[in-house]
Amino acid sequence: MTETHELICIACPVGCRVKAITQGDKIVSIEGNQCKRGEVYVKDEIFRPTRVVTGTVRVRGGALPVLPVKTEEPVPKPSIPAILKEWSQLVVTAPIQFHQVIVADVAGTGVAAIASRPLSKQKADNKTA
Amino acid sequence: MKRLKGDVVIIGAGAIGTAVARELARYRLKVFLIDKYPDVACGSAKACTAIIHAGYDATPGSWKAKLNIRGNMMYPQICRELEVDYQCTGSLVVALTEDQVPHLYELLNRGRTNGVPGLEIIDRKELLAREPYLNPKAVAALWAPTAGLVNPWALAIAQAENAVENGVQVLLEAPVTGIELDQSQVIAVETPQAVIETRYVVNAAGRYADAVAALVGQNNFHIVPRKGEYYVFDKRFGYMANSPLFPVPTAISKGILVTPSVDGNLLIGPNARDQEDKEDLDTTAEGLSEVLSQALNLMPDLPVKDAITNFAGLRAVARPSNDFVLGPAPGVPNFINAAGIQSPGLTAAPAIAQVVSDFLQVAGLELVGKAKFNPFRHDIVTFRDKDPEEQARLIQSDPRYGQIVCRCETVTEAEIVQALERPIPCLTIDGVKRRTHAGMGRCQAGFCTPRVVEIMARELGLSWDKVTKRGGDSRLLLAHTKGSVTERGAGENA
Amino acid sequence: MRKLDCDVAVIGAGPAGLAAAARAKTAGAKKVLIIERDREPGGILQQCIHNGFGLHLFKEEFTGPEYAYKFIEESTTAGVKLLLNSMALRIQSDGHIYAINKMLGMLNITAGAIVLAMGCRERNRGAVTIPGSRPSGIFTAGTAQRFVNMEGYLPGRKIVILGSGDVGLIMARRLTWEGAKVIGVYELMPFSNGLTRNMVQCLQDNNIPLHLSHTVTKIHGQERVEAVTVCKVDEQLNPVRETEQIVECDTLLLSVGLIPENELTRDAKIEIDPVTGGPTVTDEMETSLPGVFACGNVVHVHDLVDNVTRESWLAGEGAALYAQGRQVDGGFIATKAGAGVRYVVPHKIRLASLKRKNTTLYLRVLEPDVGVKVELLLAGKVVFSRREQVVRPAEMVSISIPPERIVASATGGLEVRLVKEGERA
Repeated sequence: MTETHELICIACPVGCRVKAITQGDKIVSIEGNQCKRGEVYVKDEIFRPTRVVTGTVRVRGGALPVLPVKTEEPVPKPSIPAILKEWSQLVVTAPIQFHQVIVADVAGTGVAAIASRPLSKQKADNKTA
Repeated sequence: MKRLKGDVVIIGAGAIGTAVARELARYRLKVFLIDKYPDVACGSAKACTAIIHAGYDATPGSWKAKLNIRGNMMYPQICRELEVDYQCTGSLVVALTEDQVPHLYELLNRGRTNGVPGLEIIDRKELLAREPYLNPKAVAALWAPTAGLVNPWALAIAQAENAVENGVQVLLEAPVTGIELDQSQVIAVETPQAVIETRYVVNAAGRYADAVAALVGQNNFHIVPRKGEYYVFDKRFGYMANSPLFPVPTAISKGILVTPSVDGNLLIGPNARDQEDKEDLDTTAEGLSEVLSQALNLMPDLPVKDAITNFAGLRAVARPSNDFVLGPAPGVPNFINAAGIQSPGLTAAPAIAQVVSDFLQVAGLELVGKAKFNPFRHDIVTFRDKDPEEQARLIQSDPRYGQIVCRCETVTEAEIVQALERPIPCLTIDGVKRRTHAGMGRCQAGFCTPRVVEIMARELGLSWDKVTKRGGDSRLLLAHTKGSVTERGAGENA
Repeated sequence: MRKLDCDVAVIGAGPAGLAAAARAKTAGAKKVLIIERDREPGGILQQCIHNGFGLHLFKEEFTGPEYAYKFIEESTTAGVKLLLNSMALRIQSDGHIYAINKMLGMLNITAGAIVLAMGCRERNRGAVTIPGSRPSGIFTAGTAQRFVNMEGYLPGRKIVILGSGDVGLIMARRLTWEGAKVIGVYELMPFSNGLTRNMVQCLQDNNIPLHLSHTVTKIHGQERVEAVTVCKVDEQLNPVRETEQIVECDTLLLSVGLIPENELTRDAKIEIDPVTGGPTVTDEMETSLPGVFACGNVVHVHDLVDNVTRESWLAGEGAALYAQGRQVDGGFIATKAGAGVRYVVPHKIRLASLKRKNTTLYLRVLEPDVGVKVELLLAGKVVFSRREQVVRPAEMVSISIPPERIVASATGGLEVRLVKEGERA
């Protein structure tokens, strides 16, 4: 049983349209890529696609009401909805340090969610534009 | 239902209704000014060409002709009293071909008959010296030195504020749902918020004036909304026209013109299309391209790519007369119309207000002057037009002048806050924009919207997602994001 | 009125201003001051919470706030003074800047050299002329991004995006992740205007359709957007009316391009390139007004912050040298966009620079193409060329010329053109 995948390689700006045929966990054929990097990208993207996930979590008493966060490493693509859901239920309290760990293991991925920026406590002045 | 009692109810808070309100505020009367929108100046006043016409267009003897000249002469003083920007620029009607020149003489003669001062025909050389960006093919022009520019919504807001300061009561979001009559006399005006018992009614309901007149049984005119579309160009091209530049007029309109605005933008339009729908303010691809192509005839180097916005307005054209409809409804002496006020209606507005006041007096309203009438109204103190020394003093007096909110128009936080504290409640983003210019510039509110929403929410005690563009269902933000229900306000979660 | 003086004054604390200021410090300027209108430094990066920044320069991917943090730290450590909540109102040709601040009032700042780093703004509905009504629910993608990522508010639930610029693509994903339905992205051109990575990771990942050669021809709705009419366009980009379709939505996001924000520049009578919308600059990023430098999106709109940083280092160094009276003398050679090239920055290269150091030219092509050569011509002769596997208008091409590679004189110009490989132009 073979499966056909069509994807655009993003390993470089060329953006080759690659057609790959797989059988089980093996690539049977791959065409359209112009370089070796494309092959690696396509393999990863088919068998274990990962993404760095970014989003916001709610902040109590911060200079801003939300804090940008990211997964410290790329995580498996299928885990994205669970990560977003977990973040939507979180509340953190200001102040927040740069790269402070917000969740040590986000949605069971084994990867930490960290703050993308420091965030100070709300100042009176921050309430005015 | 709340019951209120007054001498006069003015229906419609546009350029005309507010002028009438201010005029009646001079007398010892209990006056109500009501409008269906959440702010004043939401009809034609917010979307017209903003020109104070000299008065050579209208048919001699018509209301339009008489009140144009009279209104024109009143503007300098009114704008001084109300601190409304007004510029006497003069205007030009431009003949682009030799065969259009006789039309200029026709207008010249009509204008002289109407009593317009200072009209003259100028030749090509003089014309191009005054307006160097005009189509060089132009052959001659009619010069009318008394024409000028005003900001129509600023005028309406100023008139309304001055009226309120002199005792007039304003009811907004108060559409007229009925008018009670007793033996061919109006006795009350009904709105969803209140029934106002009144001795007189003034119908200044703009494009709905026929519907309001119909409530007292008057069916001898109807209002046809005539759409006009416009483009506004970046302020840095304001220099391209020194005065309104009209083409030779057509049967139904003064034609598509190129004009500076009193705020320094360059404006082109309007086309003229009669329609049935009184709410349809859509711009159209055809209309905008008509505006552009005709304006390019007058000014071939228009900065087409630097348009910052386009919009449409509706003129209230009265049929069958095509003239202003002024005076009592037949058989209902205490119901006075100020209807069908299309161009030159803005110019005529202060004169119309006096005429309406005369009609009320004829109908038996006693006009006793108030000792304490104050004709002066102070505008929000703006930052952008001051020199650095003066600006430094403003920031010292109120540090919020040191915080720019709208960078394109240089509007400060102090001005936004003041706009929210004026005699007429300002509860919408568009209302703030009309009072301060925030969001009116080249980025069209891209940068300042979050800051304006923040200030409005703070000052009015609202959560951000309750702030609207212009009332009703025009909220900007629909909910909090998933990760943020904050202590800032009690918005619902998405 | 309070008087301040400094060696280098930088206007704007976005990525360009921060990098320029830090570099001005290391290049010997003693007092370096950044005037920033927002309440914190970092500029638009603070709302770009997605990752992908810095890959080219640091071989590592940062989020926008992380990239900003890096440069905020660097400039603060270097001793750059940051004036927040401050707006520069005017630059005079003699180096005086008028600025205002709530607490300090009106400031009259004297600077030895000035770096303009005001960034850009988004093209809006008026600039692209979309007919129809004027309800609420029409946002530029960047404004929506600010609301979502920094203020925690959702601008809409059923969203149509016009334009495939990167901010639009990024927002398509972001809004989807916030539970909104992004119905589709409509792009006027027959090709996308965003980076390929964003096409894949923002649209494809989330099953958001991209409709090329499409536009929005009408906006419907009185109070809030209720629908838009979308329509195919022909090769001349004119709408094909028979293909009009009404798409129900409550929000229209516009991602239709960016415009360098040069109001201060224009007021100071600095020469502007009509193609880029930014000041004409030398390879040291000096504008036509001596001592006034510029970098980043105020000069030309970039797709990668890495290039902004590189350019800003040049501006910072140039400004520092100028302020110290150490600017190199000598003539310039002008650059010129030839066949297939929309523009080239810098507009002038100092002859001494070509001799002494690497000179980088940034250019944008007119159309997507594969297998091309970028050629530099001097007096009709090709003096430098480089193969490009693929070129796209959305991705800036940079050409680095090693020292002493080109021997030029101040006469004539250096033309940059695109040639199909195997062909002679």
